[in-house]
Amino acid sequence: MNVLEFTALVWAGSVIAGLLGSLTGLGGGVVLVPLLTLFFKVDIRYAVGASLVSVIATSSGAAAAYVKEGFSNIRIGMFLEIATTVGALLGAFLATRVSGSAIATIFGFVLLYSAYLAGRPRVRHAFDDVPDPLATRLKINGSFPEAEGVRHYCVHRVPLGFSLMFGAGALSGLLGIGSGAVKVLAMDQAMRIPFKVSTTTSNFMIGVTAAASAGIYLNRGYIDPGLSMPVMLGVLSGSLVGTRILVKAETKWLRLVFSAIILLLGAQMLYNGLAGRI
Amino acid sequence: MSPQTGWTDQRVENIIGNLLRAGVILSALVVFVGAIVYLARHGQEPADYRIFRGEPSDLRHISGIVHDAFAFQGRGIIQLGLLLLIATPVARVAFSIFGFALEGDRMYAGFTLIVLAILLYSLLGSSLY
Repeated sequence: MNVLEFTALVWAGSVIAGLLGSLTGLGGGVVLVPLLTLFFKVDIRYAVGASLVSVIATSSGAAAAYVKEGFSNIRIGMFLEIATTVGALLGAFLATRVSGSAIATIFGFVLLYSAYLAGRPRVRHAFDDVPDPLATRLKINGSFPEAEGVRHYCVHRVPLGFSLMFGAGALSGLLGIGSGAVKVLAMDQAMRIPFKVSTTTSNFMIGVTAAASAGIYLNRGYIDPGLSMPVMLGVLSGSLVGTRILVKAETKWLRLVFSAIILLLGAQMLYNGLAGRI
Repeated sequence: MSPQTGWTDQRVENIIGNLLRAGVILSALVVFVGAIVYLARHGQEPADYRIFRGEPSDLRHISGIVHDAFAFQGRGIIQLGLLLLIATPVARVAFSIFGFALEGDRMYAGFTLIVLAILLYSLLGSSLY
């Protein structure tokens, strides 16, 4: 395969990854790295570097649209970013120390868990309005517009959420993914932040988290321009199209299909990682 | 939030949202220009990413990337675009400090400053090792 053909194929694959990622809200990174390593036989370190770059592009590209909706809570985001960026630094340093097989194996586990999270019906929790003293001191209780008017919410279990965010950052830095699923889990389930607020705040945090490991990746030579170029341009165009059609699309079956794909890719990554083939 | 100055979270966030979008569009354009130069010159060469060699040192550091880009090398121009992309969230955080300071929120200006320090360390400081 010459460079021209390779670029075209990787671009097409990235468009699909970006489209699926934005339609399902799981991000393109989780399918990109397996796609590059399993089908294009790219070394996992180059794949992780290219994926991380595309994660920044989609997060920053979508930010303007999310901000206008008024759902994201920038104080929660900024406070938790202290945890995600420190985690991301650690993850990126770890990525430069461990073997490609180890990264592939961890990636496999994360994919299997993401498939489980995506396929499982979301647990709705009751909201109570008893303010948490720490959340009050941090000024992170908020409100968002709803059809019936402005709804207020209180944030809970801040230390647990903060620790989970550190883990989300470390995974992001180690695997080159946005780890939006873990971020949403931390905010929605642990901190009891309304789902819409969790997903939009997560999106805004993803770009900053990824930027924290991107510097280290760049300095270590993981970011290859020839590979990152079609990945970034492809994922960006795919996700832009995805956010346009998101309103009309029926996402329930799409999530199921996507979690089936992730399940398969996860098993493949795990097998290849454990067999030492990646 | 201080209503006297009119700087609210929402207003600051709207500006930042547009800043981010402009950063992404700019970096995508630079990457696209680099892609044309790179593909025109190297399109027929074999593509091989099976073995990790790491990038040459000029594509790992800001000064080298800028040098290569201005020498009109395709890979250098692409890398400059990617560098602009990485800088976009950093600019966002820097602008947020400004926003929180305008709102008179010292605690959050401080939190944001910590995040900015971590980002700058990754981009500039980690290359010293």
